[in-house]
Amino acid sequence: MAVDADHTSQGRTPQGRIPRGMPAPAGLLERMMSNRHFLGLLFMLPAAALLLLFLTYPLGLGVWLGFTDTRIGRPGIFIGLENFELMWTDTVFWLSVFNTILYTVVASILKFGLGLWLALLLNQHMPFKAFFRAIVLLPWVVPTVLSAIAFWWIYDAQFSIISWALREMGLIEANINFLGDTWNARWSVIAANVWRGIPFVAISLLAGLQTIPQSLYEAATLDGTTPWQRFRYITLPLLTPIIAVVMTFSVLFTFTDFQLIYVLTRGGPINATHLMATLSFQRAIPGGFLGEGAAIATAMIPFLLSAILFSYFGLQRRRWQHGGQD
Amino acid sequence: MASVAIRDVRKAFGQVEIIHGVSIDIEDGEFVILVGPSGCGKSTLLRMIAGLESVTGGEIAIADRVVNQVPPKERDIAMVFQNYALYPHMTVGENMAFSMKLRKAPKADMDARVKRAAEILGLTPYLERYPRQLSGGQRQRVAMGRAIVRDPQVFLFDEPLSNLDAKLRVQMRTEIKELHQRLKTTTIYVTHDQIEAMTMADKIVVMHDGIVEQMGAPLDLYDRPDNLFVAGFIGSPAMNFIKGRGAVNGVASVKSDSGIDLPLGPDMNGGTANLDGRPVVYGIRPEHLHIAEGGLPAEVVVVEPTGSETQVFAKLGGQEVVAVLRERVTVGPGDIIPLKPEPGLVHLFDGETGRRL
Ligand SMILES: Nc1ncnc2c1ncn2[C@@H]1O[C@H](COP(=O)(O)OP(=O)(O)O)[C@@H](O)[C@H]1O
Ligand SMILES: [Mg+2]
Repeated sequence: MAVDADHTSQGRTPQGRIPRGMPAPAGLLERMMSNRHFLGLLFMLPAAALLLLFLTYPLGLGVWLGFTDTRIGRPGIFIGLENFELMWTDTVFWLSVFNTILYTVVASILKFGLGLWLALLLNQHMPFKAFFRAIVLLPWVVPTVLSAIAFWWIYDAQFSIISWALREMGLIEANINFLGDTWNARWSVIAANVWRGIPFVAISLLAGLQTIPQSLYEAATLDGTTPWQRFRYITLPLLTPIIAVVMTFSVLFTFTDFQLIYVLTRGGPINATHLMATLSFQRAIPGGFLGEGAAIATAMIPFLLSAILFSYFGLQRRRWQHGGQD
Repeated sequence: MASVAIRDVRKAFGQVEIIHGVSIDIEDGEFVILVGPSGCGKSTLLRMIAGLESVTGGEIAIADRVVNQVPPKERDIAMVFQNYALYPHMTVGENMAFSMKLRKAPKADMDARVKRAAEILGLTPYLERYPRQLSGGQRQRVAMGRAIVRDPQVFLFDEPLSNLDAKLRVQMRTEIKELHQRLKTTTIYVTHDQIEAMTMADKIVVMHDGIVEQMGAPLDLYDRPDNLFVAGFIGSPAMNFIKGRGAVNGVASVKSDSGIDLPLGPDMNGGTANLDGRPVVYGIRPEHLHIAEGGLPAEVVVVEPTGSETQVFAKLGGQEVVAVLRERVTVGPGDIIPLKPEPGLVHLFDGETGRRL
């Protein structure tokens, strides 16, 4: 119907449209000023300049540093791929790659599953709905450093509340060494990241859920669906575009995470929780090898690019989203 | 196909009761239209029949089985929603086949039914399209197709035409009626548009503020409205109402509050005994007012010719009335014309209760 309305309104007011071929003005400047392509470029210039200055320059500088042997306090010279060759044989670097992938994959899957579950819960009718929605946002609102410190305390070898609770219940004898054991530490930082990341996923997916009209569920109910089938055939397919966006962002955030690790473990014990971002910082600033740190950070780019490419194809409008308005 | 019985049904949302005991009997194969102004509870009643809302009091029976506690999917009804509620991520064909797919119907059976429904509705070329790629009228047909494929006991329609433009609405009206004549499925149809109700229904149920004001065949409602509400609701332009008091001096008449003597037919209901001095409302349909010798003098305010007829708005004793004239007239604003009500077609209502006298 909307399509028809468009047609008629266009058809009715042909005189309202701006004529395409304007009479050619005399001067070159005048002609350029009425050329949409030229004007477009002109208007884009300031934004492009800003982008170049504040985005491309630091990025370019970072990448460039990766090809030098710059140290803090000493300008370096171009050394080609030497930093990268070094990295290739560096077991700590490869450990950090493994950690980063484990961290990103496990945390993202958990954030997606729990976030979706929470979104579905919050989408139900229940008392104090607004209150619960606000509560859910809390972990996201609290500064990362603050929540990291809180987790540090929760995971403390002596005073951990989890250890205490489990001990009181008689489930364990001795305190759990959360951040001192390699695998314990890995799962602990992942848990902290999941806790922090769920609100973003849950609230975004909740917004997505609310765009699905109630009448679709009613129609499906009359068509004979079970609640599971309504989720499977209505909710999930209609939510996929939003899931794709949300999870792309979530993966990018997780992959580049720094603060949480740096406060909780500083990459320890024995580099078990070093992510590429923390290792890069470790080498560059406390270690002083700016070139090497920059090279590690540069090595993150292919991973990030492939994540973005993946989502680019995942994010494309689905066929059913094309066409007129609803 | 099945009969539907609604017995003293009530519905409350929280403390607020919005349907106050409605009883309607719908026969097998009947096309019943629930009509009434917005907010009178039509959709709520329909949704209770569908099982989308619980029933607060009373009983709903489909095919002689009380369904108050029966879940929607076991009631064997299909519903067409006002916004169509098509699944946007499924093609037209998939939308129509969805209910059968859930029931794991054989593929051949499924295809045959979808094909037949698409043929009935002229949707065959669009089976592979998505709802977004269709016009409003086509979407409306898909929504009906989805219902037809189900081959249910009862069709429920909730204002299915209100999102269409005027021309398409008239066309779909005919199509839905034809469809009903072909399939003979019991149909309950909700609308706020009395023209839709008059043109399509076997039986009209006029609702107002959660009660049934009157039900009956369209022309019965038009000819003998039970009360002021129905009289004013059915018919377009609406019936003219003039307040006054009964007067009996040999012949019965009504003296309007502005002092005009309005004639009554000789057969005016129930004798004239208790009419004298009683407050009444005198109702006359616009099409039953004529320009004729001996009519009541009225001053023309506006004349609206539509081609086939002419609507004349005029002041009769200070009150505006409308007359619909079949003949072409050459009157203009300010003219005084003699307006004569057809005496046998006057409706008289009690001034206090609004009931028909
Ligand atoms: N879920 C609900 N909660 C509370 N009130 C409702 C709900 N649904 C409808 N109502 C109220 O019930 C009345 C009737 O609504 P409805 O059946 O939709 O009217 P209609 O379809 O005749 O326009 C309205 O006053 C509406 O506000
Ligand atoms: Mg309604």
